[in-house]
Amino acid sequence: MKGYRKYFLNKLGWFLVTLVCAFILNFILPRLMPGDPVAAIVARMAQGMSDATGVRAIYQQYTELFGTNKPMVEQFFIYMRNVLRGDFGFSFSQYPRTVADALKSSILWTIGLQFPAIIVGWLVGNTLGALAAYLKGGFDKVLMPVSIFVSNFPAFGMAIILMVIFGVTLEWFPTSGGYGFDLIPEFSWKFIHSVIVHYQLPFWSIVLIAIGGQAIGMRSMAIYELNADYVKYARFMGIKDRKIIGYVFRNAMLPQITGLALSIGTMVGGALVAEIVFSYPGLGYTILNGVMGQDYPLISATTLIITIMVLSANFIIEILYGVIDPRIKAAQAE
Amino acid sequence: MKHTLRQVFHSGKFIFGFSIFVAILLIVLIYPLIIPDPPLAIIAQGTFFKPGTYVNVYDSISAPKYILNLEDAAAKRIASRLNNDDRLAMKDWLVGYGIPEDEIDIADTEQLLGLWETHFDPKASIAGMTNAKRNYYIRLNTSLEGLLATEGAIIAVKNTATGALEEKGTIAQAEYVNVNEVANVRVLPLGTDNFGRDVLTELVAAARVSLQIGFVAGIIATLIGLTLGLLAGYIGGMVDDIIMFFTNLFTVIPSMVLLILISFSIGQEKRGASTIAVVIGFTSWVWTARAVRAQVISLRNRDHVNLSKLSGHSVVHIIIADIFPYIASYVVMALILQISSGILSEAGLSILGLGPKTTEVPTLGLMMNWAMIYQAHVLGKWWAYLPVLITIALITFSMNLMNTGLDQVFNPALRE
Repeated sequence: MKGYRKYFLNKLGWFLVTLVCAFILNFILPRLMPGDPVAAIVARMAQGMSDATGVRAIYQQYTELFGTNKPMVEQFFIYMRNVLRGDFGFSFSQYPRTVADALKSSILWTIGLQFPAIIVGWLVGNTLGALAAYLKGGFDKVLMPVSIFVSNFPAFGMAIILMVIFGVTLEWFPTSGGYGFDLIPEFSWKFIHSVIVHYQLPFWSIVLIAIGGQAIGMRSMAIYELNADYVKYARFMGIKDRKIIGYVFRNAMLPQITGLALSIGTMVGGALVAEIVFSYPGLGYTILNGVMGQDYPLISATTLIITIMVLSANFIIEILYGVIDPRIKAAQAE
Repeated sequence: MKHTLRQVFHSGKFIFGFSIFVAILLIVLIYPLIIPDPPLAIIAQGTFFKPGTYVNVYDSISAPKYILNLEDAAAKRIASRLNNDDRLAMKDWLVGYGIPEDEIDIADTEQLLGLWETHFDPKASIAGMTNAKRNYYIRLNTSLEGLLATEGAIIAVKNTATGALEEKGTIAQAEYVNVNEVANVRVLPLGTDNFGRDVLTELVAAARVSLQIGFVAGIIATLIGLTLGLLAGYIGGMVDDIIMFFTNLFTVIPSMVLLILISFSIGQEKRGASTIAVVIGFTSWVWTARAVRAQVISLRNRDHVNLSKLSGHSVVHIIIADIFPYIASYVVMALILQISSGILSEAGLSILGLGPKTTEVPTLGLMMNWAMIYQAHVLGKWWAYLPVLITIALITFSMNLMNTGLDQVFNPALRE
């Protein structure tokens, strides 16, 4: 148990360090943007105003409101304090709405969509990859090229194709939104039904992409393990095939879990773009709105939340991995 | 070297991927030589013209005429102006008007039109008919005028002095022109896009720019990754710790997030295709660095490296002469993957509206972005987005096949 605690603390330390670095990057990068975002808002608000002093007054008011007139370091500490309170300031493009308000609902949509999709894709992909390695022959010959093709397909491409086939042509599922545009979120059968129907296309487009990549990885891991010496040894010993397969796939699985931890960031990135295709009310769509509206508080907050989500997912997977893989405990206890 | 190449070209997967890739490359290079039109020139007035051959109507009037007596010409002409839906709609109206259903045969054009002409009245009120439907019938009625006529059309020219129309000639229904003799014929194999640009020309140019972005991004990423990986792996110690700190950091921070932040920070005006390529390169070196480091660590204590050290060779010499050859195949594979993921990253960024600025060059991502903004996928304008998707998929697929093929050649454990 001591070994595991060491492992846990090590991972926790890493989690915190990356979090801080991500936070700093997140603060600095958008603020390097040339041009003054406040000036852009004022220009929009002051359209048709001929009074120069009036425009300047608005400008000053906004500068103070957003804090862009203070030095960078001071801005950073103000920003940090506010973020810890869950206050991301005002949205530039949707003023006077706050960023926290604009993001509140989209976080739930994104988590609800992406994490189940990634996990289902991972499970199905690994099963298929393992089967391909074990069965070989026709199954492998068909599955592998398809997987390679699918995993190379951009996530938005898969989303568009599913949408055109099942949404536009067959009209089985709606093509955009998270629920019917004529409904308000509430706990009614009609609303839940609408959410489930709208969920299908974005969900499956993310799942399909994940399946491809995972199947390829699992197949080569399983082939590697199937050819390992311990398998041959076990065969000579006369151990039943099924039992050996159990060991093989357990061993092949472990690197796949680390693989999931490492690739979850890429997957989320792709899934964000898929959200945009379906106008799903998640974080991807929020980013698009932020980009369109030149809204840096919104973009900065969204990317920060995505980073935190990815880092946390990563952290949880690594913690679980430590529990599953006995070698970790052994290595840390030395 | 020669042996390795021969081995590589024995791998079916590699050859398949390589042929697709070379084909794309050749098209991208040769097409502009044959059709040197500027890719972003707006030629069509209107959006999303269908793929097809566009024959100039004005020129075809003055082109030499030929009489061809084809039996099905009249039937085809009528079918193109009166399709099955229209026939059904006409039947509906007539039934609603009070004609017995069994008297109407929608397959018999003459009878149907006869019934229609005798009974249709735009003012007649049919139960349950909406205003839109009523307008549709009025439009249909006007379009049917002269459908069964057998005389030709008259070409008239306005007399500049009097303003009166003067007959210049007639066109009989059986007259044809040879497309080759019409002065202006434009083939638009993939139609036009939302701005009225030739999609095929644009697509070829976009594929070219995207490939360039991929190459630049891939080379930058591979160079950074290779350098850092070699340093971390070979020198070890503090250098390794520092490099690994950053590598681990950027492994978990999603590169898409960094790309979004950086591209947004650069701003629309300064975002050219090359800037995007550099940004992608600088955010995607992590995997190469990790993998190269792992390989170098396993090579570091090999006998030949130790021997080289004892002989007093410099670190640079050892890395180049004793370590690099062992990881070269791996680096080539990593480069191929980086190029394909660079192309995908550009596409993802462009869909978010953070791609290269739109006035100079098209990229595959930008074409996707335009098609999405103008709802091509919902409107069923497949030629605006499907060829782009297929091109992206073919490029990445061919590169991955090459990679898998190489992997099997250099990694005997994966051979079948």
